[in-house]
Amino acid sequence: MPPRFLVRHPYLLLVLAGVLFPLVGSEFWVGTVAARALIIGTMALSLTFLTSTAGLVSFAQAGVAGVAGYTLALLSPNVTGVGVEVAWPLAVGAALLMGTLAGVLVGWVSVRSSGIYLLMITLAMSVSLFYLVSQNTEVFNGFDGINGLKAPVVWGIDLRAPLPFYGMALTAAVLSAAAVLYLDRTPFGSQLHALRNAPRRVSALGFNAVALRIVAFGVAGFIASVGGVLNTWFSGQMSPGAVDVHAAVNLLVVAVLGGIRHPLGAFLGAITFVLLENYAASVIDRERFNLVIGVVFIVIVLFAKDGLSGLINQLRVHLNPAWTGGRRAKTRRKAA
Amino acid sequence: MRKTIGTVLGAVGVSALLSTTALADDIRLGALATLEGPFAQSGLDGLRGVELALEKYNYTVAGKKITLVKESSNAKPDVAVAKTRKLIEQDKADIVVGPLSGGEGIAVKEYAKSVPDKTFVNGTSGAQDTTLRDPAPNFYRFTLDGAQWQAGLGSYAYQNKGYRNIAVIGEDYSFPYAQVMGFQAEYCTLGGKIAQKNWVPVGTKDFTSVIAKLPDNVDAVYVLLGGADAVNFLTQYYQSGGTAPLIGSSVTVDQTVLSSKGPFRQKVVGMLAAGPVADSNEDPKWVEFVNAYKKKFPDGLQSPSLFAHGYYVSTLAVLQALEQVKGDLSNDQKTFQAALAKTEVTTNSPTGPIKLDQNRQAIADNFVTEVAQKPDGTYYSQIVKVAKAVDQTLGMDRAKFLSLGPASRDNPPCN
Amino acid sequence: MRFYILLSLNALTVASLYFLVASGFSLIFGLLRTVNMAHGAFYLLGAYVGYDIASYSGSWVLGLVGAAVAVAAVGLAMHQLLLRTLGNDELRQALVTIGFAIVVGDLLLAHYGGITYQFTPPDALYGTTPMPVVKGYPTIRIVVIASALIIGLGLWLLIHKTRLGMLIRAGVDDRDILSAMGFNVQRVLLLVFALGAGLAGLAGVIGGSALSISPGEDARFLLSSLVVVIVGGMGSLAGAALGALLIGFAEQFGLAFIPNYATLLTFLLMIAVLAVRPQGLFGRG
Repeated sequence: MPPRFLVRHPYLLLVLAGVLFPLVGSEFWVGTVAARALIIGTMALSLTFLTSTAGLVSFAQAGVAGVAGYTLALLSPNVTGVGVEVAWPLAVGAALLMGTLAGVLVGWVSVRSSGIYLLMITLAMSVSLFYLVSQNTEVFNGFDGINGLKAPVVWGIDLRAPLPFYGMALTAAVLSAAAVLYLDRTPFGSQLHALRNAPRRVSALGFNAVALRIVAFGVAGFIASVGGVLNTWFSGQMSPGAVDVHAAVNLLVVAVLGGIRHPLGAFLGAITFVLLENYAASVIDRERFNLVIGVVFIVIVLFAKDGLSGLINQLRVHLNPAWTGGRRAKTRRKAA
Repeated sequence: MRKTIGTVLGAVGVSALLSTTALADDIRLGALATLEGPFAQSGLDGLRGVELALEKYNYTVAGKKITLVKESSNAKPDVAVAKTRKLIEQDKADIVVGPLSGGEGIAVKEYAKSVPDKTFVNGTSGAQDTTLRDPAPNFYRFTLDGAQWQAGLGSYAYQNKGYRNIAVIGEDYSFPYAQVMGFQAEYCTLGGKIAQKNWVPVGTKDFTSVIAKLPDNVDAVYVLLGGADAVNFLTQYYQSGGTAPLIGSSVTVDQTVLSSKGPFRQKVVGMLAAGPVADSNEDPKWVEFVNAYKKKFPDGLQSPSLFAHGYYVSTLAVLQALEQVKGDLSNDQKTFQAALAKTEVTTNSPTGPIKLDQNRQAIADNFVTEVAQKPDGTYYSQIVKVAKAVDQTLGMDRAKFLSLGPASRDNPPCN
Repeated sequence: MRFYILLSLNALTVASLYFLVASGFSLIFGLLRTVNMAHGAFYLLGAYVGYDIASYSGSWVLGLVGAAVAVAAVGLAMHQLLLRTLGNDELRQALVTIGFAIVVGDLLLAHYGGITYQFTPPDALYGTTPMPVVKGYPTIRIVVIASALIIGLGLWLLIHKTRLGMLIRAGVDDRDILSAMGFNVQRVLLLVFALGAGLAGLAGVIGGSALSISPGEDARFLLSSLVVVIVGGMGSLAGAALGALLIGFAEQFGLAFIPNYATLLTFLLMIAVLAVRPQGLFGRG
């Protein structure tokens, strides 16, 4: 592959790095740390997509991923003895569908709210889901959740083994990211940009602003669901802890760390988050992970408006102003 | 091009960091407990138990050094599995002791099945199904489960206290269900009645409306709440003018609650409860354990909690089995695992003999206690009865016990 | 009958506690447009600090006052160090307070540990007050209801009958004009922020006496404050009172009759209000 091609498409470098990672990382790093970062990144991508394209901030994405996770859990063999067992492709399909519908529902209920109000109503919906699943024992098995879920074995390959699972997480992340970047350039993307910058004019021009928003939430819901399905396989169980207020806050933290105004910031944030989670211990006492993450978060919010991806963009512009990526970053800033 | 080379060099550098260093021929013991969130104190006490046990063996078995790797979860099952994975895959632990709470236990048991050449020994998690149904062949529990922890309580309440009709209030999840099941196995069989069961959502802080619902004519109220919830309930119960005596579960008046700060404690003297440890135990081995605990951890609790105890006996069992096989973990740990399954902790156990059943679940003693106050003002649990060699099926035939189904809000019924 | 009266009294107690916490939250939002996600952390901080002061000095009242003052000071510090630099970017303000809440929550856990604390209120407040029909009701809970009434009345008088209140009301309507007219808006903002934070600290002591103090209470009271002011209308005192009552009654009656869905009920109530009237019942559009 000619390097020039790579320079023109810097994202391909990232994909390449992802594909090559198993060659250098141990099983734990590939199957647990990196896979987890990709999953969290995919879920956070659903948030950065909403924010970067349509200017919508949602606290409900962890909940939406949870809807997909619970659907999958209820339709898969489990040791808890709840739900109905169906073939796994059907279960995954249903999970993605339910998650997308949940996203649509969030968009529909919150259609009249924006800014911090939107943040709060989505938080409320997320917390409602938490109380529903933690207090309903008949369907969701309450506080204890659904245990003993396994990723399927396809053609003799256990999808939960480190390498196949990493491959799956990477594929999901790359496809989701590519879809978001592609959508950004379509007319639909432009309409969402318009929705972010001048919502009233969108309506004046004859576009259906309400429908646009709901579709955006649906797309975000689908992406979150992809993350939710993988996350359920990853942890082998589904419990209210996956949709509680801490999960919602963590996802927002990840998105803001990476840079909520760039879709790919999600992955940057997720990698940072997972590394901090594993290595906060060597910086400070093992128990004080939250302190570290809180301080890092404050610093990012105060001093790096666009998070780590913003910092990288600045660095790129600074180092190589003629670079295509640099010019795009500049226009982006002008637009914002 | 330069960039690409840079990237490759960078990747190599990172990989050098990521790859684990070669390990000496020692045994690596992972310990998983909850050091984050509200259960942090309990997890800390659990790890104290692990350290005490290792110290007893001077961190050496059959000439092999034992390296302890600690890891923390936050009482969530998915985090417990992720951290167990880290212990096994990254820290190369041979044996893992943990986790601390019920949901975590079931999740770790499921994970254990995927790594049959490693050995897992429960910390203090007390869900029945960790070992009762669909057990993992390499998962061992040397502590009792939630139902076993109530052994002796029901018959004591019925026979010695003369309670015939009680009300139940508990948090709405599997652990309290299991505890009620353990209580009912004796109390209801003897002919006791339960007038009302109130299951409150996890996280409820204000119980006064539920207290108002309690019938006036009950002989006692059986409370299955722990930590801050227990403190809130006890306060609100007495403030609301509640007069019926209270019976506690294994966490309602344990050391974490009795060490709390607040006026509610004056009222709990005499309260009945049951659990795997009793502060006033006069067994010399318990006294020895308490003294070692206090000496090593002067800033610990007034008396080791059931968490310190559970992790302590579990680690002891591991060390004892290791000693027996002379530290031999070869053959995918099969020799060691077979030895562990037969291990009986007797001479070392501070709370009476512990052995395992066919599902690798402990059969051990359980204590019925009453809260009492020392002259120095501190509160402790006093033994009133010991239930000997409690097994997981509570003395029932295994098939019959399994046919009762999992404990739930209304299962098993009391009749 | 006795049961329903008791339920209503419980609902009133809970509503009072929610009002005490949420009024400060609402006040801050009304004037500063800041969604202070650290408000729950302020509550917990007040409870712990108040506990230390009360057990050191032996005076519950001193603990109450001390907690309010200390938390007001912390609130001021947070405003000056973190919020002011962000200008009018409401979203980033909300985010930075989330970060602050995470840090404070973790520091409190590190210092006070996971055990539960409970105030020893004066003996006169600990017992039971005789009442008709229900026979008796815990005195401390009557104190909670009374303090909510007093604080509510005090806030109303402050906002509607004093010069500062006039400035606050003017500031809520149009901060820029007020500033252009030569008033020191910055000082009013600071005062209001300190007041709102102090109320959270005060509520911490009252809540810690009627219930107890333990890690996790911060998130619980932040959520309840959010729900209360969203239902009632952000920035409206009357709205906070109405919201608190609605949530208090929904929660306690729910707990008594449909315990499994009690909390869900309150959140569904909130979503319903928001979907129909995004600015809340008493909020201005």
